[in-house]
Amino acid sequence: MTTLTSRARTGGDEPAARGRRRSVSPASRARQRRETRAAVLFLLPDSLGLLVFVFVPMVLAIALGFFSLDGFGNLRFIGVANYVRMVGDPQFLQSAVVTVTYLVVLVPAVFVVSLLLALLVQQKAPFMGAIRSALFAPYVVSLVVVGLLWQFMLADRVGILNRMLATVGVRDVSWLGDPQYTLGTVVVISIWFQMGYYMIIFLAGLQDIPGEYYEAARIDGANAWQRFRSITWPLLRPTALFVLITLTIAVITGGFDLIYILTGGGPAGSTSLLVYFVYEQAFLFGEYGYAAAVGSVLVLVLLLWSALMFKLTRGGRLDDE
Amino acid sequence: MTSDAAARTGRSARSEDARTAGPARGDRRWTRRSVVLLLVGAGVGLVTVFPLVYMVLSAFKTAGDIYGTSLLPPTWTLENFRYVFTEVPFARYMLNSLVVSAVVTVAALLFHSMAAYALARLRFPGREAVFLVIFSTLLVSLPVVLIPSFVVVRSLGMIDSYAGLIVPPIFSAFGIFLLRQFYLSLPAELEEAALVDGAGYWRIYWSVVLPLSRPILAALAVFFFLANWNSFVWPLTITADPGLRVVQVGISTFQQQYASSQNYIVAASTVAALPTMLLFFFFQKQITESIKTSGLK
Repeated sequence: MTTLTSRARTGGDEPAARGRRRSVSPASRARQRRETRAAVLFLLPDSLGLLVFVFVPMVLAIALGFFSLDGFGNLRFIGVANYVRMVGDPQFLQSAVVTVTYLVVLVPAVFVVSLLLALLVQQKAPFMGAIRSALFAPYVVSLVVVGLLWQFMLADRVGILNRMLATVGVRDVSWLGDPQYTLGTVVVISIWFQMGYYMIIFLAGLQDIPGEYYEAARIDGANAWQRFRSITWPLLRPTALFVLITLTIAVITGGFDLIYILTGGGPAGSTSLLVYFVYEQAFLFGEYGYAAAVGSVLVLVLLLWSALMFKLTRGGRLDDE
Repeated sequence: MTSDAAARTGRSARSEDARTAGPARGDRRWTRRSVVLLLVGAGVGLVTVFPLVYMVLSAFKTAGDIYGTSLLPPTWTLENFRYVFTEVPFARYMLNSLVVSAVVTVAALLFHSMAAYALARLRFPGREAVFLVIFSTLLVSLPVVLIPSFVVVRSLGMIDSYAGLIVPPIFSAFGIFLLRQFYLSLPAELEEAALVDGAGYWRIYWSVVLPLSRPILAALAVFFFLANWNSFVWPLTITADPGLRVVQVGISTFQQQYASSQNYIVAASTVAALPTMLLFFFFQKQITESIKTSGLK
């Protein structure tokens, strides 16, 4: 009995155990049935929920794009008309450009800033724990609060930032009203919000690097930059890859809350990220089918990105070997 | 896993390192290097928390002082808070958020740990396939499938209801994935003993596996609660009834109604952020630990 159960309990598949005569005995078959039944019951709530609220929407995301759907649920198949419309829709095209710009600027920026912060707070110095907490703090506040807070601080003329800049002679800047600055403003706020999270992930990676490597390098007389280049960076590769993958996905799918509160996609569409464009089309203009079509493009981009990463990491293996 | 082994050796190497290197590498040595690091760190840290501190302090300022240049309120007032709680059903918003976040967290932890236990510990045909399907939904996040999710929930008649606010956010592959990893690493002996004693699978899950997973459940609980307290797109999309407003939607409507009364908006934001700041203060370790485990391995 114990040997049988321990075999079942080890988790991994053990074909050797299955092939043996003992495993087809009636007792063992009954036990296997019991185990399967238990597994089905254990998996039932989550499987049902995931099916209805995640898997079906995922499939619908693609399917709905081929329909015209209004707010009252009137559904009509229209083929690729939504996609044709997209290609000729200057607002969509602008939104796509804004999203790509946002992505290309924000991902490297958050990556570098959070890595630098992790390298800083990893050092042994007084109060580093408190400093680490301070750097992470923005991440626990909701993006709605973040948006309202920055709107307050960035207000034209009277906001604290413009007042502080005025004391050093910089003229008033409309951070959220001038299309020249708005996307940059959103990027800076996003960095401020997200850097603590990725700092913690980098920190976990840094702490896994054996300290003796650094000792050896120090004895060999390597300077800080050489130590970073030849020890930290190569050994941090799995973490860096993980950050790159998750950060890219977070940036593509995120940003809605901030845009909704701060700019509403404006001015002049300068901050109209695709996630916001989708919401706007559906819930402000009632164009659910068109919105779903735009959403399906995002789903497709995410799938392609995941597939690419899956291939690059040879099946999700972040470390070499 | 190789990274596990690397982590272990890394850890032992570090502790050895600390021992042999002795006090020269101690945490609190005021060398010139550590003073420079402290100054840089303190500078960056202060700039980072400044907006949050400024928000909290501004919530105590009068309407006349709200855009003033002094950091501290020239005259301290609780009027903004009084207004927020009496002129607006803000307590109701908070209660809605509390109920939604708490129920989602408890249900998610229960369902995810059940599913994870089955995937990690029980042997049944099709296990790998089930896991793959669940894993494939890991990258799908709400904003991208907002419209189809809305269509599904509407066709189930869950628009403008607590069910709509609570049920869909329970389900995500993320928690299952993390808990499965954890259960794979648990030693099997205790479960075996229970099985020999004739315990059923539910008994084993409930009285052996769940107690063993207390630390990771605590970490996930804080994480789920925070995420749901802070969530905005979903409640915004599926509720119109003011009685169902959660706190994030509440403060966003505040912005539209009281655009000229910045002091009320700041006070409302502070109240909305307070529970998350308190959670962070008391459970910082759990939060960072859950991020680290979600990271790799």
